Amino acid sequence: MTIRDVVELLKAEVICGEEFLDNEIKSACGCDMMSDVLAFVKTQPMLLTGLVNPQVIRTALMMDMKCVAFVRNKKPDEKVIGLAKEHEIVLLSSPYRMYDACGVLYTSGLRGEGACE
Amino acid sequence: MSQSNSILWSFDVDGKNFDSAGFASQSTKFKLRQLGLNGDIIKRVAIAMYEGEINMVIHAEGGVANVEVDEDKIIITLTDTGKGIADIEQAMREGFSTATEEIRDLGFGAGMGLPNMKKNSDELIIDSAVGKGTKVTMIFAI
Repeated sequence: MTIRDVVELLKAEVICGEEFLDNEIKSACGCDMMSDVLAFVKTQPMLLTGLVNPQVIRTALMMDMKCVAFVRNKKPDEKVIGLAKEHEIVLLSSPYRMYDACGVLYTSGLRGEGACE
Repeated sequence: MSQSNSILWSFDVDGKNFDSAGFASQSTKFKLRQLGLNGDIIKRVAIAMYEGEINMVIHAEGGVANVEVDEDKIIITLTDTGKGIADIEQAMREGFSTATEEIRDLGFGAGMGLPNMKKNSDELIIDSAVGKGTKVTMIFAI
């Protein structure tokens, strides 16, 4: 699905990256522990998280991710938004809680990478 | 030993500023891309260096990050004068962490940093002395 589809499904507000909404997203992951994102995520281009500090963007950047969706209506500050803009990462803010946000996307066909090795 | 045609750069890692942690890794990723290296090795270097950089900030009040790109390898050296690692074997174990609750609230300190640096690099060398500091060397074959 496209990031635009994600926006619709998550009833999300687009914080930045409007110009990239037609980009395709093939899988996603949900995690609040950036250490675990760095250690366990493989190729998912989208992260759902409840954290809003700059390290979320840096983690996404290191992992070649294209989109970060903040759950529970969370929104980062201007500095974090600036970092995402600089690296062309789309930021979304959804009113859903993490479990529900992941569930909505999963049942709409956006899967993860299954069990850890 | 540096070869004459190797490319070098370095960063001071500010240990007092968690917000800027990762800047050295982010810049290194950009430079490696400019050098035309393949995406897989760039991602491995970026992840491992970022883990090391975060460690320098949360455990050692910063330090220096050096990057050397040779024809056949990339060498990342992270040097700090922090408190050192008392038991390296224990520190290498997945899930072991001495990070504070505040650091965990920021999404780090799961005890995956060093194991992940080992997983992503081809060689990881840790030289540490309690009270003196730590030098982490990671080598990536190109």
